[in-house]
Amino acid sequence: MSALSLRGITKQFGKTETIHGIDLEIDAGEFVVFVGPSGCGKSTLLRMIAGLEEVTAGAIKIGDRDVTTRPPSERRVAMVFQSYALYPHMTVAENLSFGMRMRGVAKGVIAQKVQMAVEMLRLAPYLDRKPGALSGGQCQRVAIGRALVQEPDVFLFDEPLSNLDAELRLKTRLEIAALHKRLGKTMIYVTHDQVEAMTLADKIVVLRDGVVEQVGKPMDLYHSPANLFVAGFIGSPAMNFLPAEFMALAEFNQAVFADGSQWLLGKKDAPVGKVTVGIRPEHIRLDRSSAMRARVNTVEQLGATAYLYCSVAGQPICIEVRGVIDARVGDEIGLHTAPEHIHLFDAQGVAI
Amino acid sequence: MKKPSLRSVLPLLFRYVAIMIVLLFTVGPFLWLLSTSLKSAGENIFAYPPMFVPQQPTLDNFFRVVESQPFFVYLKNSALVAALSVALNLLLASLAAYPLARIPFTGRAVLFIVLLSSMMIPFQLLMIPVYELAISLGLQNTYLGLVLPHACTAFGIFFMRQAFLSVPAAIEEAAIMDGVSRLRIWWFVMLPLVKPSLATLAVFSFIAVWGDFLWPLIIIDQPSLFTLPLGVNRLASTFSLDWRLVAAGAVFSIIPILLFFTFTQRYFIEGAMKGAVKG
Repeated sequence: MSALSLRGITKQFGKTETIHGIDLEIDAGEFVVFVGPSGCGKSTLLRMIAGLEEVTAGAIKIGDRDVTTRPPSERRVAMVFQSYALYPHMTVAENLSFGMRMRGVAKGVIAQKVQMAVEMLRLAPYLDRKPGALSGGQCQRVAIGRALVQEPDVFLFDEPLSNLDAELRLKTRLEIAALHKRLGKTMIYVTHDQVEAMTLADKIVVLRDGVVEQVGKPMDLYHSPANLFVAGFIGSPAMNFLPAEFMALAEFNQAVFADGSQWLLGKKDAPVGKVTVGIRPEHIRLDRSSAMRARVNTVEQLGATAYLYCSVAGQPICIEVRGVIDARVGDEIGLHTAPEHIHLFDAQGVAI
Repeated sequence: MKKPSLRSVLPLLFRYVAIMIVLLFTVGPFLWLLSTSLKSAGENIFAYPPMFVPQQPTLDNFFRVVESQPFFVYLKNSALVAALSVALNLLLASLAAYPLARIPFTGRAVLFIVLLSSMMIPFQLLMIPVYELAISLGLQNTYLGLVLPHACTAFGIFFMRQAFLSVPAAIEEAAIMDGVSRLRIWWFVMLPLVKPSLATLAVFSFIAVWGDFLWPLIIIDQPSLFTLPLGVNRLASTFSLDWRLVAAGAVFSIIPILLFFTFTQRYFIEGAMKGAVKG
């Protein structure tokens, strides 16, 4: 039985439908990340699971309970907000215990649960401080602690790292991953950052305009994106896309670009006609002997890696090269990619 | 040291002159009242040119006011009515404002517009129906009769609604996720977060109730229930207009407002500024 199941979930704000019938199964203990660009409906979907937004149509089940119309307090879910949403007038200890005190939980139980959260998140030095006296990272830990003491069936995280700086974001990300490993609870995490999605998730749900584009394990999405959108969204820097004509030849198939240059596709098959060739920057090798030529427009040296921004058949592409590179702007370089790293998409953008 | 040029001094000078003029119109009448209340019987308060500083300052007028009228009873009545009205207004206005700000329900916008519109109707227009209602409820010559019209004001609801709107929605949602009821969220989360606005509303309501003359005049005719403005009015009629006494009575009735404002000034200014920005 799934820990959480969504069946035909739709959401309308007035006459505008923002979520268009989402079906999803989440297993117990899974770390699921909803990822997508701003306005894709990922936060709305999370808020519907939380019970903070009404569901226009469809059903939400947590375990075997249908919670579609239940208030948040009856769903056994806890949420960590992007803005932390701590009670500014209460100390950390009061923030952690507030919900339980209001629900009339016995003092001994409250103390025990708060203690557990304090130890797990190393909050002991801050217990008497108010949120105003804490850093962003500490605030987020308190917010996670507040979710922890509720002992929910499902944890919901709404872009919890967005307000933190790069260093803290990495640190807190690792802490969240460790927390998931330790608790083994179902967690749903919303982000627009595909790096967070790739590093944290057991399962990624890619959303666009209120529709699920693809669901799968991070590396499955990386290696086998279902369409152009997922291919472009997962991976950093983004996958290069080149419009081409697919030609099936006796020995090997090839993609022919607008300027007549060709990219060998090996045995990769597709219907003859217009396609989009997708190649990740890290899968392109420099090869002087290659007939596939590119002109260097910009060079970015980062030390361990370098990025070359080039033109191929009039289209911009990015190439990731390990180490230092001596290419200069204006140079002509040869490119090679192994056929297994080439993705083909049909005219509708669907992977072939 | 370089001598400041006339060009740099002029704007400053202009600013000070402007402030002095504003001060003359705002604080001037109060100082004149204070001066009159401290002038002795031997001094001509209508002398020309007028003397601002009393030549023989005395507190005699204040003693006479207290002796001639039960001013401490009036003070007690005013304090009781003000305390009850302010407390009820803070409580009821914020209780009414919370759903208007945060709980979606059918007709919320219409209700808010009706509420705003009611602020545009002058009390003089409502006076007779409200009076009839109060009489029918047996509220004549009662503290409740004095308190009820101030117990939940449209302005208070409007003001607190704006204050609640400024609290981030996520804080409230966090409490909802915590399983806290709406009423408890209002009391334990929202009210502490809008304390400056509550203090501002307290000052506004206090000033309105303390200085209210018309409503106590029509609903109260028992002197034992008179509030300070009625008491001051009584001085004018009883002593064939002894201005020194009237002035002393007025000063006596203003002092509590000044004290109240002094203690809540910090919140008041903070709240007023917030209101100015977030409207």
